[in-house]
Amino acid sequence: MIITKQKDFNELLSSIGKEPIFIIGCSECATMCHTGGEKEVLEMKGALEDKNILVTGWVILEPACHLQNDKRILRKYKDEVNKANKILVLACGNGIQTVSEIIENADVIAGNDTLFLGEIKHANEFEKRCNMCGDCIEDLFGGFCPVSRCPKSMLNGPCGGSIDGKCEVDSNIDCVWDLIYKRLKEKKQLQLLKIIQEPKDWSKSTETRRVL
Amino acid sequence: MNYRSNLEQVLSKGKFAVTAEIGPPKGSDPDKITQKGEITKGCADAFNVTDNQTAVVRMSSMASSCILLKMGLEPVMQITCRDRNRIALQSDVLGASAIGIKNILCITGDHQSFGNHPESKGVYDIDSIQFIQAIKNMRDMGVFQSGDKILSGKPDIFIGAAANPFADPYEFRVDHLEKKIEAGANFIQTQSIFNVNKFNIWMDEVRSRGLDRKVHIIAGVTPLKSLKMTDRMRFHVPGVDIPEHVANRMKNSGDPKREGYEIALELINDIKKIKGVHGLHITALFWEDIIPSLVRESGFLPRP
Ligand code: SF4
Ligand code: SF4
Repeated sequence: MIITKQKDFNELLSSIGKEPIFIIGCSECATMCHTGGEKEVLEMKGALEDKNILVTGWVILEPACHLQNDKRILRKYKDEVNKANKILVLACGNGIQTVSEIIENADVIAGNDTLFLGEIKHANEFEKRCNMCGDCIEDLFGGFCPVSRCPKSMLNGPCGGSIDGKCEVDSNIDCVWDLIYKRLKEKKQLQLLKIIQEPKDWSKSTETRRVL
Repeated sequence: MNYRSNLEQVLSKGKFAVTAEIGPPKGSDPDKITQKGEITKGCADAFNVTDNQTAVVRMSSMASSCILLKMGLEPVMQITCRDRNRIALQSDVLGASAIGIKNILCITGDHQSFGNHPESKGVYDIDSIQFIQAIKNMRDMGVFQSGDKILSGKPDIFIGAAANPFADPYEFRVDHLEKKIEAGANFIQTQSIFNVNKFNIWMDEVRSRGLDRKVHIIAGVTPLKSLKMTDRMRFHVPGVDIPEHVANRMKNSGDPKREGYEIALELINDIKKIKGVHGLHITALFWEDIIPSLVRESGFLPRP
């Protein structure tokens, strides 16, 4: 799941100004994160109208990151979109860009901050789980990912600062090395940790690549 | 035998080594380094120069090491993986070797969120173990991490690593040490010790695996300067284990500075008797002028 957080409303207002606006949400991750589902889009509509901003219309894309679906759906909202000078997108960074590809005449405004690829632990509680490094090595670590979950991406064991199983950088999150150690111990696979892991091949990460 | 560095020579001859830490200044004034160098000259076999410790910007460890070299002091240049990728790390190893630095301590580094630029982006391209291995391969095989060949001059570095006998998961600590040795560490400097019992348990395991014969273990000691520093280290510095009885001595003393000094002397006395410990590493944070008397009273002067 792509985890997003809605931007501060006042910050959004300053980028929107007073101009007519069309609001776009997303049926997938942003719905699950409560940052851009139907409920949040309607709440946003109400809040903007309270500030005397004209909302020309709204739509939930299915999902916003799907170019062909977006084109098809947005065609039906052509008039509402054309009346707007601003398009507020409550989706992830990808959804926002897919919309930018289609709508050229209005300013696209990012309504959400995109945080990470992570897990929904409980409602509205999320934790990062993957950096999309392009070369998954979780099986070496009992099924846990030190690349994304250790703030120092340590591949050969924990740093010296883990305290009571928590990370030295943030005591709210588990030290992933503590999880790795315990899991491998349970499975009697601690010998895996004796292998020196070579430097990671970051060229496999998707940073500058386009994958078909 | 040709020794790479004075530190290696002392350790290889089986003498008890002493190293001391010199923190570079928060500014470009070279006198701040020379002053600390003058105070501690002759008290240690080599001097650790920290690399933007606790992620606070200071004079670079390379430049500070260079200043010490000019004074005739031998540096242990610390390099962290926090701020450099493998290109910059290896480049600095070549540069360090070129200007006469012979000891490098490889550390992953304190996370940038603890320092004075918490908004910076950490690098962490490789970790300390991978860095140790990279230097070893540069030195012994003449190849860079990628496998590309070094063309002129292999860096002849005595490779150091840090170890924390007190951190969690506790049972993994000796395995971790073993990995650093396997990667190529020649000497180990430990986290400052306040809990001798726990350190002894770690050392028992180190000896039972014969690791004290594969690497030189240099035990860390930090004299506590005040109650404030004690509390700060106890509660806010990750990986430091100050037991209650030590903290209480600091709390109940009328002269905490004196007490901290006494505690350090006692710790050194206990530690030097532990089999397999080959040296002492003194980190006297903002208290470098205590180092000479600490070393003298512990019976480590004159240095070889
Ligand atoms: S190893 Fe790479 S792909 Fe696998 S979970 Fe971690 S960051 Fe994601
Ligand atoms: S405490 Fe654990 S998760 Fe946090 S930086 Fe250290 S090794 Fe990584």
